[in-house]
Amino acid sequence: MKTIYVDNNATTQVAPEVFEEMTPYFTELYGNPSSMHFFGGQVERKVEEARERVAGLLGARPQEIIFTSCGTESDNAAIMSALRCNPEKRHVVTTRVEHPAVKNVVSHLKREGYRVTELPVDRQGLLSMEEVSRAMTDDTAIVSVMWANNETGVLFPVEEIAAMAKSRDIVFHTDAVQAVGKIPINMADNQIDMMSLSGHKLHAPKGIGVLYVRRGTRFAPFVIGGHQEGGRRGGTENVPYIIGLGKACELAATNFKEKNLRVKSLRDKLEKGLLQSIENSMINGDREQRLPNTSSISFEYVEGESILLKLSDKGICASSGSACTSGSLEPSHVLRAMGVPFTAAHGSIRFSLSSYNTEEEIDYILEVVPPIIEQLREISPFWKEAVIRSCSAS
Amino acid sequence: MWVYTDKVKELFNNPKNVGEVEDADGVGEVGSLSCGDALKLTFKLDDAGRIMDAKFQTFGCASAIASSSALTEMIIGKTLDEAEKITNQDIVEFLGGLPDKKMHCSVMGQEALRAAIANFRGEKLPKEDSEIVCECFGVTEGEIVDAIKQNNLTTLEQVTDYTKAGGGCGSCHERIEAILEEVMGQTGAEPKPVRPAKSRMSNIQKMKLIEEVLEKEIQPTLAKDGGSIELMDIVGDRVLVSLRGACATCAAADITLKQYVESKLRELVADTLVVEEVAQ
Repeated sequence: MKTIYVDNNATTQVAPEVFEEMTPYFTELYGNPSSMHFFGGQVERKVEEARERVAGLLGARPQEIIFTSCGTESDNAAIMSALRCNPEKRHVVTTRVEHPAVKNVVSHLKREGYRVTELPVDRQGLLSMEEVSRAMTDDTAIVSVMWANNETGVLFPVEEIAAMAKSRDIVFHTDAVQAVGKIPINMADNQIDMMSLSGHKLHAPKGIGVLYVRRGTRFAPFVIGGHQEGGRRGGTENVPYIIGLGKACELAATNFKEKNLRVKSLRDKLEKGLLQSIENSMINGDREQRLPNTSSISFEYVEGESILLKLSDKGICASSGSACTSGSLEPSHVLRAMGVPFTAAHGSIRFSLSSYNTEEEIDYILEVVPPIIEQLREISPFWKEAVIRSCSAS
Repeated sequence: MWVYTDKVKELFNNPKNVGEVEDADGVGEVGSLSCGDALKLTFKLDDAGRIMDAKFQTFGCASAIASSSALTEMIIGKTLDEAEKITNQDIVEFLGGLPDKKMHCSVMGQEALRAAIANFRGEKLPKEDSEIVCECFGVTEGEIVDAIKQNNLTTLEQVTDYTKAGGGCGSCHERIEAILEEVMGQTGAEPKPVRPAKSRMSNIQKMKLIEEVLEKEIQPTLAKDGGSIELMDIVGDRVLVSLRGACATCAAADITLKQYVESKLRELVADTLVVEEVAQ
């Protein structure tokens, strides 16, 4: 059975070029970049080249790039640094729809006695800029707002929020794990102080991340140790992965616009096809302010895990915001924050594409999904009632 | 990913006895859309009082569908007295096991069966007389006690796995622990009542009490309708809140806010309080 992978917001395949670039650094080129001999020195040069490639994709300076172990570490490091650099400030602003890497850090801070504002979103998953502005106070140590939502793909105006924070002398951080490589980012044009990204969301392997820290931003290291990364992140460099991430960023920057337009047209075709062929289905999240690759779509009166398993039997890999798939008993906090009704939240499926997806794959999904939904609705005790209600209403 | 047995997969992919029995003698409906799973069981008896046909409709995950299908297979051919003896453990055994976190699916099967039998006999379910412990998922004390006894549960987490109780806001955790202690034969302390005296309070006491009442009294009630409320700020006597979930889109939200939330806070905290909704 062919695997059709449309779960790229969960993780992506390592690009063959990336893997190829990495392999020598597992075998013959195993030196430590800090060593005082040619053998380590040649590795150090490659690490710095990778740093330049990452900076290149982001419109940043190489010295603003700190390599970390993952997106979660980057988020933790950013938030903790802002608090340590501003010990007198006891307030944190974030949103209700953040990834657990921020959300749970903030919950932890709340228990430690910090005051936390979690900004609500509307039915489309968007923030009110007025509320963002109102939330910032003299006591605010950091504002952390994700750039793109992992579940819905909805984009927040982080550059605007960063400017707002800057004018009030508040540190601004964004979790851009889902945004990097999918939308244009140019750090030279904005005032974002810190930004997290993760390698495995853009065709580098799992286990490598970056924290961007703007020059001039005060920074207190999270992982304390050696002099690596300019003393800002201790620990011997994860050389092959850093080099892999550098290559992945270079690949992402190549034909950036064309690639993402193509992904968007596939995503749009998928969405349009599903909405047309399946009644009582809807898109979650603003249709415009959104990543080009993500579609969160709800099929009412059926449950997400059941859909996923049936898709999985057909080789299709997607994910869901339903309660059952998360191991918790409640549907995703993102959909709940948006006020998506329970009828739809439990039956939400996220398709997230990459440039490796093809039109044939989309056609196959469009062929497979409608009968699956129909079959599950046949079993559902609510479906017939819903049909009867809508018939008598019209 | 959940690890399901072949039997669960087989019954999920090819469920048996889907639908509704015509002119059913017994109908049992448990769960709801907002809870994420629901089961409607119908059966018909033959002249000898045996279940000659049983069908199900289920909204839920693979293990919920498989449990329902298993249940119908297990009860067909049995008298009601025989069927009544089927427990959730029997369903689990029929399926060759279920993941811990999915045990509630088998419990849902057993409950639907009991409900359908009670419906046929025109009896009230014992759970209807029992007090609701978990407001988020509408789980009663009786159901929790039954699950603990039948499955020898010893921890809060297990109670959640089997009944869903405590899997939402978490405000009933203490209560469930107390029930566990009681059933396990230890002397459980009585759960403490929520409300302290509302005599003269400092501002901080007042704020704390408002928070507590919102969390322990109001939130669980709204949760029953799929709604939720969040305290945004307290300015003097103005309590600023934001309605979420089903409440956020409910046409009756204003009424909920004034007639329920405000009057509850006035009753339990201070009669000068005014509740206002802040825009999202």
